[in-house]
Amino acid sequence: MEYSEFVMDHFRNPRNKGVIKNPDGVGEVGNPICGDVMKIMIKVKDEKISDIKFKTFGCGAAIAVSSIVTDMAKGKTLEEAMKITNQKVAETLGELPKNELHCANLGADALHMAIIDYYNRLAGKQKDASKEKVDYIGKRKGKCYCPYCDSVLLSETLFCSKCGKSITGQNK
Amino acid sequence: MNTIYFDHISATPLHPLVKETMINFIQNNNFGNPLSQHHIGDAAVEALETARRQVAQLINAKPDEIVFTSNGTESINHAIKGVAFAKFKKGKHIITTNIEHQSVARTLRVLMRFGYQVTTVPVDRHGLVNPNDVEKAITENTILVSIMHANNEIGTIEPIAEIGKITKAKNVLFHTDAVASGGNISIDVDELGVDLLSIAANQFYGPSGAGALYIRQKTEIFPLIDGGTQEGNRRAGTQNIIGIAGMGKAAELARIEMPQRIEHLSKLRKAFIERLNTLEDIHINGHPVLTLPGLVSVSVEYVEGESIMIMLEGDGVCVSTRSACASGSLRASHVLTATGCDYVTAQGTIIFSFGIGNTLEDIDKAFTSLQKSIAFLRSMSPLYKKK
Repeated sequence: MEYSEFVMDHFRNPRNKGVIKNPDGVGEVGNPICGDVMKIMIKVKDEKISDIKFKTFGCGAAIAVSSIVTDMAKGKTLEEAMKITNQKVAETLGELPKNELHCANLGADALHMAIIDYYNRLAGKQKDASKEKVDYIGKRKGKCYCPYCDSVLLSETLFCSKCGKSITGQNK
Repeated sequence: MNTIYFDHISATPLHPLVKETMINFIQNNNFGNPLSQHHIGDAAVEALETARRQVAQLINAKPDEIVFTSNGTESINHAIKGVAFAKFKKGKHIITTNIEHQSVARTLRVLMRFGYQVTTVPVDRHGLVNPNDVEKAITENTILVSIMHANNEIGTIEPIAEIGKITKAKNVLFHTDAVASGGNISIDVDELGVDLLSIAANQFYGPSGAGALYIRQKTEIFPLIDGGTQEGNRRAGTQNIIGIAGMGKAAELARIEMPQRIEHLSKLRKAFIERLNTLEDIHINGHPVLTLPGLVSVSVEYVEGESIMIMLEGDGVCVSTRSACASGSLRASHVLTATGCDYVTAQGTIIFSFGIGNTLEDIDKAFTSLQKSIAFLRSMSPLYKKK
């Protein structure tokens, strides 16, 4: 398995790692049981992402993707940031080991969730995503869940039967 | 940057004398077929039979009980499928554990599609099988028990000799996958009471592409590969003679050097564990005493194993991880979860497997790199809360 120089650089020297105190929006995707949790926090000023930070638990690709996505979004307007798609992230990344492609998808999803959270908060829906933490681990021991919609996955599935997203899977 | 190789469970480097044996065989232009009726095949016959004696001696078997194969996986497939095919009229029940290597687990899964029933006995938190569980699982239909000698992920050595007594009393064939242990710890097929035992050369400083299956005399078993009369009609096809010559030499060296090797590896293991114990929120997997001398499996909380592995590689330290990244198998190691390790902790597991060429200096360098990597990764982990 080989990562490109570009991915390795973002893994070793991740941009924007850390936390924002009192963020305006928080997005969190993934599930530690399956191996990746990505949390993106944003600060918004004049409809622009003035600051962005991430915390990630996961493989090398997941960490590199967090760095790359936050780098791409920084300074962008919210509208522009919403246009950063999984595909764009994947293109920026270049070649990833096949079974780690889905890490690329987590990045844009976490970013979009943070932006949606920002809008929700504006609209008065005081839902603080940072409080919805991963304390469900113990209760849900022994199963794997879709990183996107959180429904139970069959052990050898290639896609989530509920949301239809691809869980690119090959046994290592 | 110097490479520190701590992944001997994946493959071991060739011992210089093994390399020499193989090169000499090639240099002497020994291309002959061992089954030829003229003298050109003689050197091949001699190389094969020398290696057969050397491998037999390593495990206290008779030379004609050794069948050369292409690797550990083939040996295992041969043992399990060969018995299943030979005994299908007697019964279709096979007993195994839930921590076996894929080559056992998947072979059994295929047999299940052909109507065989498989009982899987559990292990305790150290990865140990209880021989009583095996005894209870045996029925009239049981034709084979297949339990690994030492686990390749956590190093735990199973009570094979005790199980061997049970299978003998119950008249059931017993296979042990000794790929991880073969050539690394002492093995005596009579003491273990096994009928079949699989080993591979690349686990004890021999070449990859050479393995062996021990088949106790008079054991009813079919070949896995049918064709010619090679290997006493038990494994058809011209042998990998260069590889087998290397395997024989490696077996001889393993037998002679074993006490020193075990002492050296145990020293490295102990030193590494002492250092690991200074870290917070880590777990050392496997059994504290009944374990392979050169293997340490450690689970690091709040971080993922693959990212540690890549960071270590950046410092020249090569290790392995069995916990596939989420995008891989989406499952934590079946061995760790079988021992009761929770799924999240299992994701943060790395396996350090030392070899005879490693030094205490390597241990120190690798530990420094590990410490640095863990701190770096925890600093960006959303699961990690500073105490």
